[in-house]
Amino acid sequence: MIRLVGVEKTLGGQPVLKGVNLAVPRGKVTTVIGKSGGGKSVLLKHMIGLLRPTRGQVLVDGTDIAKLGSHDLNEVRKKFAMLFQGAALFDSLTVFENVAFPLREKTKLKEAEIERRVLAMLEAVGLTGMGHKFPAELSGGMRKRAGLARALVMGPEIILFDEPTTGLDPLLARTIHDLIIETQRRFGFTAIMVSHEIPEIFQISDYVAMLLDGVIAEMAPPEEFQRTRHPGVREFIDVGPRFSTISSGASRETQQL
Amino acid sequence: MVVAAVTGVGRNTLWIVGEMGRMMMFLISTVAWMVRPPFRFMQVLRQVHFIGVKSLFVIVLTGAFTGMVLGLQGYYSLRKFGAEGWLGSAVALSIIRELGPVLSALMVTGRAGSAMTAEIGIMRITEQIDALDTMAVNPMQFLIAPKVLASVLIMPMLCSIFDIIGIYGGYLVGVELLGVSSGAYTNSMESSVEWKDVYGGFLKALSFGVIVSWICTYKGYNTTMSAEGLGTATTEAVVLSSVLILIWDYFVTSVLM
Repeated sequence: MIRLVGVEKTLGGQPVLKGVNLAVPRGKVTTVIGKSGGGKSVLLKHMIGLLRPTRGQVLVDGTDIAKLGSHDLNEVRKKFAMLFQGAALFDSLTVFENVAFPLREKTKLKEAEIERRVLAMLEAVGLTGMGHKFPAELSGGMRKRAGLARALVMGPEIILFDEPTTGLDPLLARTIHDLIIETQRRFGFTAIMVSHEIPEIFQISDYVAMLLDGVIAEMAPPEEFQRTRHPGVREFIDVGPRFSTISSGASRETQQL
Repeated sequence: MVVAAVTGVGRNTLWIVGEMGRMMMFLISTVAWMVRPPFRFMQVLRQVHFIGVKSLFVIVLTGAFTGMVLGLQGYYSLRKFGAEGWLGSAVALSIIRELGPVLSALMVTGRAGSAMTAEIGIMRITEQIDALDTMAVNPMQFLIAPKVLASVLIMPMLCSIFDIIGIYGGYLVGVELLGVSSGAYTNSMESSVEWKDVYGGFLKALSFGVIVSWICTYKGYNTTMSAEGLGTATTEAVVLSSVLILIWDYFVTSVLM
């Protein structure tokens, strides 16, 4: 479905991606983890054609979208939706209008049908009765839910999630993760998520990939991924709560002694 | 030292040339998207309201006081030669040919142009523009083209309102306060103002509409991803638009003369 072949990207003279090879399985939840500023969001933006690679191929159902013109690229994008870090809701529109936006722009549905679908989607994400509010009146979690409703409303085949739980408290983060998994099981879309939430993502992902130094260092189902011997990946996933960091630091010191 | 200075000059020159090219491509792209369906009539109408109707108060205010001060200055200058009867001509020609189009464009730059930059810049920073792209809605067509089109349509109208109010302001001071004959004021105006003065003024207003919306949307669209960057973009948009309006005014005037 989505395959990245030798994708390289240089931004502002700095190489960010240095030959990424990644195949995303259809209908599964694949999570990309990696250090902050390591290029995860850049990788995600390549998959939907918001960025074009300096070198390499981004294949969506066999079509290299890096070579497409804007018209053809827009046709491919109809398969996609994306939930941005800050939800990227249009602040001049209400929640209802935000969710209705893709339907009004890209379909010829009657207003009554649009209303029915939007209200159903708001209900699915737990925002019943919130349609009249503007994004500025919503909490962070509600904004993410509204963003998810907008992403889901067109019934896309693929949804990209760019750090969907950043800035949320752990309880809310879990709720959003549950919502993503619940909707993924219900609608069957392919989910590609960028996240830092370890170990949470091991419970919700079908595959986990780690972007390290501009390449995919490891990709495997969660159980297998957690058994990896790759030192860079191990270092990243072994960082747990504060007390274990201290104890592992202490043990390292002990080893050095 | 010398090499560094030459390198610096070369780098800056290349940047300026590059930026001019990018700005021109932005304008060409805007025009291209303007004539492609779907036509966004409601978006244009909203922008006409935002740029035009909401600028009316400031246009009327500046028009009135510009006309009044011209009436005052013109009266005392012309009285030295016993030619105060020509006050109407002096006020009308100054306003219709120069002050109407230039000042109304500067006022729109300050009020609506800066707001355009800020609005588009915030949409860029909060990834709302990327969200449009992911929904296969072209941001140039959805956001930029309606603003430019509305600005081009509304600027001659604002200029004509400025002209009328300004001429009436001059009348108020010259005739009502300083005692110039009403007939002399209107007759001198009628005999000296020609059709080419009026359409020359409108032509200027129209081209200023392009300049203001083009520069202000370009700066917002290409803002850097920070609050400071947005502030800089807004300042640059206002300064560059104002300077270009004055420079372009000189060239148009020299062609029309």
